[in-house]
Amino acid sequence: MTVSRRAWHKMGVALQPQQSLLSKLMLRIVQFEYDAIRQHGEETYPHECCGVLLGRTDDHIRTVIRTVRCGNTRSDSPHNRYHIAPQELVHIQRQAREAGLEIVGFYHSHPDHPARWSQTDLVEAHWIGCSYVITSVERGQAKITNSFLLAGELEEDKRFENEAVSVAAEVATIANESTR
Amino acid sequence: MKIFIPTPLRQYAGKQDAVEVHASTVSDALTKLTSTHPDLKRHLYTDDGKLRAFVNLYLNDEDVRYLSEKENTRVKDGDHLSIIPSIAGGIDLLLFDGACNVRN
Repeated sequence: MTVSRRAWHKMGVALQPQQSLLSKLMLRIVQFEYDAIRQHGEETYPHECCGVLLGRTDDHIRTVIRTVRCGNTRSDSPHNRYHIAPQELVHIQRQAREAGLEIVGFYHSHPDHPARWSQTDLVEAHWIGCSYVITSVERGQAKITNSFLLAGELEEDKRFENEAVSVAAEVATIANESTR
Repeated sequence: MKIFIPTPLRQYAGKQDAVEVHASTVSDALTKLTSTHPDLKRHLYTDDGKLRAFVNLYLNDEDVRYLSEKENTRVKDGDHLSIIPSIAGGIDLLLFDGACNVRN
């Protein structure tokens, strides 16, 4: 796959192209859903937002076809914690299956903090092989959106790896590419 | 009954998103699942045989932890058991600088 310099610029992740091409890790998402994730973070500011990414996984590339907003059940500390009710995930997993999609990742926001994973994010992450997208929201405005793959095999060796975010303008483009 | 497998564990369940088992209880269903797909065991259970704390089990729409019989709850054909790892996180006061080559 060839990625143009301009495309890399659009990705929102300042990885060196050579480095990311070597790792081949990438999250592809349609512009509409990318914007929806960021808007969700602005709407819930100063609290963290959270949601699920539905799509398909092909080798090292996760393609997001649809995003689903979730409620943050951490009403005790919503400005710096998020938690999605498992029952909500059960329903989303069922809907995804019926739509021929799978859960490929999750997203949340970091109000007034960088779009980097925290130690808490790592400790609480258990969906190995899925993407964790984080958007920094500064004073109510979405700034940077980064994605991290939860890599490893078991809880004991799990780790986050940086992955590029590729935003596609059209649903058709991303859907066609995901079936190649 | 049908057991729904979450994305990360499908590679250890023959790449299936659901596995059909004939079982009498939730516990029996999990035993049969891990007998057929033994690689799942270390992902679902700790070394001392306890279900990992972050693994949620839902029998249809009920959290198994809150059923009176818990994992000994009887099941029947047509029931659905969902395995759902938890989703949570948040900001640390002292950020762990483990991703320094991404945009801030």
